[in-house]
Amino acid sequence: MSRAVEPTMSRDRFERGLLKVLRPVVIAFLFLITGFPFLYMVMLSVRDIQELILEPGSLWPRAFTLDTYENVLTRQGFLIFLKNSAIVSVASVLVTLLISIPGAYAVARLRFFGRRQVHFLFLAVYLFPAIVLAIPLFVFFTMIGLRGSLIGLVLVYIAQTVPVTVYMLRNYFETVPQSVEEAAAIDGCTRLSTIWRVVLPLSKPALMATGLYAFMIAWNEFLFALLFLVERRESWTVSLGLSQLAGSIEIPTTVLMAGSVVLTLPIVIVFFASERLLTEGLTAGAEKG
Amino acid sequence: MSPRTLRQQEGRAGLTLISPTLIITLVVVVLPLLWAIMLAFQDVRLINIRQVGLFGNYTLENFAYVVSEPGFWSSLVNTLIYTVAGTALSIAIGLVTALALRDRFRGRTIVRASILIPYVAPVVAVAFLWETMLNPQYGIVNTWLDEPVAFLSQAQGEFLGIQVPVALLTVIAFEAWRYFPFAFLFILARLQALPSELDEAAVVDGATPTQRFRYVIMPQLWRIIALLAVLRFVFTFTKFDDVYLLTGGGAGTEVVSVRVYNFLTARDDIGAAAAQSIVLAVFLVVFLIVYLKFFAGGEREQGR
Repeated sequence: MSRAVEPTMSRDRFERGLLKVLRPVVIAFLFLITGFPFLYMVMLSVRDIQELILEPGSLWPRAFTLDTYENVLTRQGFLIFLKNSAIVSVASVLVTLLISIPGAYAVARLRFFGRRQVHFLFLAVYLFPAIVLAIPLFVFFTMIGLRGSLIGLVLVYIAQTVPVTVYMLRNYFETVPQSVEEAAAIDGCTRLSTIWRVVLPLSKPALMATGLYAFMIAWNEFLFALLFLVERRESWTVSLGLSQLAGSIEIPTTVLMAGSVVLTLPIVIVFFASERLLTEGLTAGAEKG
Repeated sequence: MSPRTLRQQEGRAGLTLISPTLIITLVVVVLPLLWAIMLAFQDVRLINIRQVGLFGNYTLENFAYVVSEPGFWSSLVNTLIYTVAGTALSIAIGLVTALALRDRFRGRTIVRASILIPYVAPVVAVAFLWETMLNPQYGIVNTWLDEPVAFLSQAQGEFLGIQVPVALLTVIAFEAWRYFPFAFLFILARLQALPSELDEAAVVDGATPTQRFRYVIMPQLWRIIALLAVLRFVFTFTKFDDVYLLTGGGAGTEVVSVRVYNFLTARDDIGAAAAQSIVLAVFLVVFLIVYLKFFAGGEREQGR
């Protein structure tokens, strides 16, 4: 008995010991490869370009400066780009929610012709390559003169996000008890006021997640912004602005790094702020039972 | 007004509520797709776009042109290597990450947050960050090396005596780094939903950690990994931003989507760009079918 068990026991002990050492090493490595580049980004953005060229290996700057931020925001026009990105992203979020809330409610609750086929359509749109759509949309917006306007861009972002957000919201709406809605109906609510007064207040975490998704797509998107807006500098989004200025030799790398921070920070803040709200919303619901 | 049943009312309300979704999908996705197919069979440039009608001259010339252009097949091979390697690496690292972060430890929240940033951050910002870090003159990575390496502009290089495609490997590494958090999130969610009884029973039976991973955990993760593989394959195969921003398609990293962009903007050849993008989509579907066939066979074996 003991002979048969003995080798596996030692193998077990060996593996456990190895994992005990390996696990923190792996975690530290992952923390390093994800955290370090962003630390480097911030550190590079607060120093003068001379320092970078003289000491490319140093992480901590000798002299901190915020001139890089002033330069990128005013002289390079990032304030305007920020405004454009904000307009595009907020408009995308609002219209996406406006369209996908009724859509998701319909798919979750109402039996209508083609309800089952709708899922297939959404999956197809989700997986559909943007590069194929880029060509006809580029041509079309050129023809009707919408290229260079932010409206065209918002339209494209909405179309790309709506199928996914309908799907996300539908999953959540299905968890709202039907009896609550029936009670509202008996109290005299119409269908729309039931959605507005009963379903939406119960779905706040899902609405946050959906809005966040739409915001991220719009804020980070690059291909369509490049195709539609590249010729009009005053319409550039932050992503497009950074990508276009990154090629020029006149603008110091540290100034552009400040631009990277300006581009990255809002999305990171929005993501982690709403991630917490999201979990809070979910646990609050659980407490009430 | 004819009286309607409740069921009919419900059907009407459903269609009304879903119609904005359907309309925007139709106008911005379905119709453009059909038009892209039509454009691929016509001789169109931005200059003559207004003369090309619905019933213009249809031709196969664009397809013959894009397939015979120099660099087409190599870009297709690049796309395939980039996609397969990027997909496999991001899922493998995501799996390791999910296993490492499965149990609680001090500081897990901050490590988890750090891991998600590459995926959340805008692609333009992270691509610029990589470009700067890997820059041969002042990039921090090159200060750690004996000899500076032009990671993003060198097509071939020697590593341990072997010729390696430097720039292509770098964009693959970028892809793995940027998308492993995506795989991590999916796999971790699945891991945390697994019933603990099986694992506990295996411990009681004397299974070692690797045995438990191989025989208890992996079989339960198989489906989510297969799904991830399909998703990442589809997204990466047609991806434009990452390669365009890192190398512009130079140094042996040209993928098909960058060619589409160049046909469209640099050469102003709409027909060729559309044809190239359709060719890309067709290859995607073919590879996907091959993969699903291959994988469906594998899963059946797993079942036995």
